[in-house]
Amino acid sequence: MTFAVVVFPGSNCDHDSYYAVEHVLGQRATFVWHKETSLAGADVVILPGGFSHGDYLRTGAIARFSPIMKTVADFAAAGGPVLGICNGFQILLECGLLPGAMLRNRDVQFHCETVGVRVEQTNTPFTASAKAGSVLRLPIAHGEGNYYAPPETLAELERTDRVVFRYANAFGETTDAANPNGALDNIAGICSEARNVVGLMPHPERACESVLGSADGLVIFESVVASMAARGTVGALSR
Amino acid sequence: MKARVFVTLKPSVFDPQGHTIAEALHSLGYGSVGDVRQGKYFELDLNVTSPGEAQTLAAELADRVLANPVIESYRIELAATPGGER
Amino acid sequence: MSTTTTIDAAVLERHGITRDEYARIVELMGREPNLTELGLFSVVWSEHCSYKSSRVHLKTLPTEGARVLQGPGENAGAVDIGGGLAAVFKIESHNHPSFIEPYQGAATGVGGIIRDIFTMGARPIALLDALRFGSLEEPRTRRILKGVVSGIGGYGNSIGIPTVGGEVMFDESYSGNPLVNVFCLGIAKHDAIVKGQASGVGNPVYYVGAKTGRDGIHGATMASAEFDDKSAEKRPAVQVGDPFMEKLLLEACLEVMATDACVGVQDMGAAGLTCSTSETGSRGGVGVEIDVALVPQRESGMTPYEIMLSESQERMLLIVKRGRERDVERVFEKWDLHAVKIGEVMANDRLCVKQNGRVVADVPNRALTDEAPVYHRPMRPPAGREALQQMPASARRSPMSPADTWLTLLGSPTVASKRWIYRQYDYMVRTNTIALAGLGAGVVRVKGTERALAMSVDGNGRYTALDPRAGARLAVAEAARNVACAGALPIGATNCLNFGNPERPEIMWQFAEAVAGIGEACRALDVPITGGNVSLYNETDGRAILPTPIIGVVGVIEHASRVLTRTFRGAGHDIVLLGENRDELGGSEFLKAIHSLVRGVPPALDLARERALQRLLVDLAEQGVLESAHDCSDGGLAVTIAECCFDTGAIGADVALAAVRCDDADADSVVATLFGESASRVIVSVMPERLQAVLDAARRAGVPATRLGRTGGRTIKMAVDGTTVIETSVGEAEARWSSALASWFEGQVA
Repeated sequence: MTFAVVVFPGSNCDHDSYYAVEHVLGQRATFVWHKETSLAGADVVILPGGFSHGDYLRTGAIARFSPIMKTVADFAAAGGPVLGICNGFQILLECGLLPGAMLRNRDVQFHCETVGVRVEQTNTPFTASAKAGSVLRLPIAHGEGNYYAPPETLAELERTDRVVFRYANAFGETTDAANPNGALDNIAGICSEARNVVGLMPHPERACESVLGSADGLVIFESVVASMAARGTVGALSR
Repeated sequence: MKARVFVTLKPSVFDPQGHTIAEALHSLGYGSVGDVRQGKYFELDLNVTSPGEAQTLAAELADRVLANPVIESYRIELAATPGGER
Repeated sequence: MSTTTTIDAAVLERHGITRDEYARIVELMGREPNLTELGLFSVVWSEHCSYKSSRVHLKTLPTEGARVLQGPGENAGAVDIGGGLAAVFKIESHNHPSFIEPYQGAATGVGGIIRDIFTMGARPIALLDALRFGSLEEPRTRRILKGVVSGIGGYGNSIGIPTVGGEVMFDESYSGNPLVNVFCLGIAKHDAIVKGQASGVGNPVYYVGAKTGRDGIHGATMASAEFDDKSAEKRPAVQVGDPFMEKLLLEACLEVMATDACVGVQDMGAAGLTCSTSETGSRGGVGVEIDVALVPQRESGMTPYEIMLSESQERMLLIVKRGRERDVERVFEKWDLHAVKIGEVMANDRLCVKQNGRVVADVPNRALTDEAPVYHRPMRPPAGREALQQMPASARRSPMSPADTWLTLLGSPTVASKRWIYRQYDYMVRTNTIALAGLGAGVVRVKGTERALAMSVDGNGRYTALDPRAGARLAVAEAARNVACAGALPIGATNCLNFGNPERPEIMWQFAEAVAGIGEACRALDVPITGGNVSLYNETDGRAILPTPIIGVVGVIEHASRVLTRTFRGAGHDIVLLGENRDELGGSEFLKAIHSLVRGVPPALDLARERALQRLLVDLAEQGVLESAHDCSDGGLAVTIAECCFDTGAIGADVALAAVRCDDADADSVVATLFGESASRVIVSVMPERLQAVLDAARRAGVPATRLGRTGGRTIKMAVDGTTVIETSVGEAEARWSSALASWFEGQVA
């Protein structure tokens, strides 16, 4: 299986996603420069974390106009699995592949810490192998992870079970104390209507090896490998 | 021509930066300051010939790039004297 | 600006050039310089660029060793870490700008040191920072701290290099002179290290990166009648960093360097184009000719003087192999960066600056660099030193119980958890960080190998003020010890020397003594200095900062799985003290936090014992027989033991200490035992079945070792000579320690 890791000017966590896929997961990873228009036969697309375009203007606001994003949108429309991590999630929000927007963290500070993230839905390609209700220890590192959506959008997300991850404490409670940034309803990650596009603020690629403190993130990558194998559509989704 | 675009968060959206600034002003003794909203201000140097074109272009730029319609709204001002601004 | 302006005393003064220096310039040039040429000399001969007050002393430092691949003299130092790889590292200061504009001052400091690393062809993978601030009671200090921390985070996070550790101390002397020292480390293959040298006559000189503006041209003014308010507006007092631009520059430069298209690369930092061109020329023994009209400019009407002196950020100079120009340009085009040929390497030894083909400045390269003045400034020990070294009787006791004293120390800003700070830094990006921030030395793995690198920055201004030579030795020892506690063998060091005005003999004496101390300790511990920085004139109204030498040490661990942190790992483990407790409260945090005093003599340091201790730690770590290791520093043993219990999920400790012998009748042996800061001490924890082996190994190594007690329970209990003096829940102590810093800022927004 091939994972395409899109690289925007200012992406930082592209190398981390690449490493997790190749060295931990044992799958193939390739870098795709943002000016390209082909995903070169990739089975999964990752939009990595970082500070694309310096986060100037708004996080992800300029990256969403990159030529590759049209290709990513087509890939998603055809059912291809797309994972947006941190800045990648922000880019998906800006280009409308996911609903809502990100605000500054409520305490107006950048937060780098490991937090509890509860898996809400297991019917997405990226959570299929996870246990519903399990709390993953995942690192966050962001200044703008305060998820916002207008009331109607939020209601729709809940109604259609599209909140995929929520910040939670060790007991699985989605308390305010467990919410590091003020995101509405402790939302840490959501998926698209067709459920194949998932965005999350925490960094699963930083939690694939216990030597780094937690290996809870590996299940997100393992899930998509299992999902794709089950679907039997490896290699068929991108050009 | 110069166009000014003011981008602010929609009233319904919580503004952590504006809130923090309001608290700071209060703690400095400025009790008569109420709410504070922080926004962005863009000065655009546009190579167009008429105010109408400038307005249209600025609005397009604001809609498409400068503002995020989910959380932000904007207003446009054109320079009073085209090219006469310092 | 007119280049026919006569150079008179006023002009010289504005340029910071003395009469003698001017005479020397005339002698080296063989004629009088024009104003542009004077400008070149003024920046390159400034203290910051030329090290004129410090060179004679810095020359005495040990800079060689079996692993040293690059010593001082280049953009950064490099040591071999095995497997054909090198650690490229250096520390630098950005003190004065951080007082003027904390965010941007700190941010551009980070940007500057990062450039120094990747200009050598190394990919930067870790940052550390050593910060000094005044008292948190002052609103100004809180504002400066917030700005500095935001700036470091803002720049480091954006460019994607983790800040894996650092240290912060507070003292009133830093009130108007905060210190921001930033350390950066990168990895490169030995044969991929690129020097900042120009060579090959006819090779093109390329300018890459951001456009040049009027940033940083203050001090050296333009003596012109046309100067007015409008012109002042044009010159920003502070440089604004652009981490996004630097990220692009970093990727583009590393890509270009990997194609072997460059013979030399130099970043444009202090004195921008002037320094970079003259230094690369000097190092290569060649001349460099450039035309400033070709330099990308973001402001109009810039004069050659302004272009040469500008300190606009995020720019690099590349000496490219003739014929490879398109290869270089293609890479920079991909990253949407300017890459412009602005000149070439010449077969002479001059720096020749033209504007549209007309020569505007022409000076011998070496005159700017190697022939810069070297001063042997007068030195004299400060009066009143002996008095400071006396400790008042009352200072040896505490007005509070030992337990309350201990809690006070845990909550003092210098000792308390710095989590409020480092949580604002991304310390995990690049997925190499294996010892998370706040748990001891910063440790990153080296992907593609089994190795890891540990690094620490340390320095104690109080000790150095009381006895500069001793304080500096202790700084080296502490930094190396922190690295050894992680299980890493210290292999190289860098120094950042922060002092007051060197024209004052007392300050110069402190400086010379400190350098001597650093030299002694580095030789004894086998840790060569590979480069560093000097920051002088850190004083306001004649009051200098505590003399603060900061030492950054790098160590290597052969197996990353053997890395140790300060935290106890389980209940029922034995707690062992390696080293000895003595009655040494001089310069301690106890004295400062409880009595507001900086008095006494710093703790004694036996360098042979320190070396034995460090070697022992590395051996024991490699064998995998230790569970944790934490060195004793600020606050003494009682603080160290507590810190081992924090971040463990409340694993407690029960230790029995023998009171130290106190010769002074006024001493309180409990205070001395709990809070004394004797050097060469480490607290380790060991599984019971390994205890004897560890004690035996210590004895063979000549390192005193004493079993103090056991981990477990949810209480921290300490007894001295059989009497319990501290018995507090881990939760209560940890709450005090972890919330102290935040409480100064949260709920306070101004």
